[in-house]
Amino acid sequence: MEIPYTTKPRPDTGLYNAKVGIWLFLASEVMLFGALFSSYILLRVGAFVENWPHGLLNVPIGTVNTIVLIVSSITVVMAWASLKMKNFGKFKFYQAITVLCALMFLGIKSFEYRDKFTHYEVWKTDGTRMTGHIEGKPMFLTLAKVKAAGKEKIGFIPDPYHYSASKEVKHTAKEHPGEHKTVEIAVSEIKRLSAFVPAHSTYFAIYFTLTALHGLHVLGGAIVIGFLFGPGSKMWHSDPERFTNRVEVAGLFWHFVDLVWIFLFPVLYLL
Amino acid sequence: MSLKAFHVIFITAASTLAFGCGLWLLRVYRSPEGAASDLKWAVASIVCGLGLLVYEGFFLKKLRKESFL
Repeated sequence: MEIPYTTKPRPDTGLYNAKVGIWLFLASEVMLFGALFSSYILLRVGAFVENWPHGLLNVPIGTVNTIVLIVSSITVVMAWASLKMKNFGKFKFYQAITVLCALMFLGIKSFEYRDKFTHYEVWKTDGTRMTGHIEGKPMFLTLAKVKAAGKEKIGFIPDPYHYSASKEVKHTAKEHPGEHKTVEIAVSEIKRLSAFVPAHSTYFAIYFTLTALHGLHVLGGAIVIGFLFGPGSKMWHSDPERFTNRVEVAGLFWHFVDLVWIFLFPVLYLL
Repeated sequence: MSLKAFHVIFITAASTLAFGCGLWLLRVYRSPEGAASDLKWAVASIVCGLGLLVYEGFFLKKLRKESFL
């Protein structure tokens, strides 16, 4: 039995099956990301300014990732357009670039994550706080682990300013960057020690939730686009119209993933 | 909605982001904390935004026969 409307549009909806399916799926995705975005905005509006980390994300890296995703959205649509023009060779070329862009995005994101896992905040018993790196750049260190290791002091390389510092202090520190000197902090003076991991604060909890969920979508999209580039492309020779529709549906998902990033980037990195 | 229509929406959103970043950086540049690099990046952002709009025009011309549905 042949499944109807895999290539031709249904008369009542004007769409073929897969397009109806992907839009229903994307509607559920809008609800998922919409709920997380709303949570972020409400948590931020309700937080004390001095407790809300700001300026800790690497804007140039985020910008590069934004450019990578914009390029990938252009190549994914060009791959589809190439099939419409019956040019299978060009489709392969554009599809390969899309997969490479997806992998580049994930590579840059993992580098960014690693940087956060080795960046720390120290809350001292006298009420002062500082951010910076611990000597040796260990990951996921906590006060309990330091105490368990029997250490009495840690070597800490503080950042030029804390994220809660005033605009003037940040401006002066940027204009006159001093030397990065290591300071010794007695473990007995530390009240809390945390890397920039989800447990650090509400900000990082929602930052990792949103970006990791988005990253999983990028990975999923890369797998599907990679499949259509590789073994799935055999269908072009047996059923070219259906294959073109599959590429369009994958492109719609990819555009949704890219559009989410277009909102994520300013909200997390710039505001 | 076809991939063509979604792509137009996406490119419009991306160029809006580029123009927004450009204007924001121009505001930072004009503030007391502004630096020369802010102006440089503001111009780069606005150029990117314009580039995306030009591309959008080229894209619509190239795929004018494809449906928006």
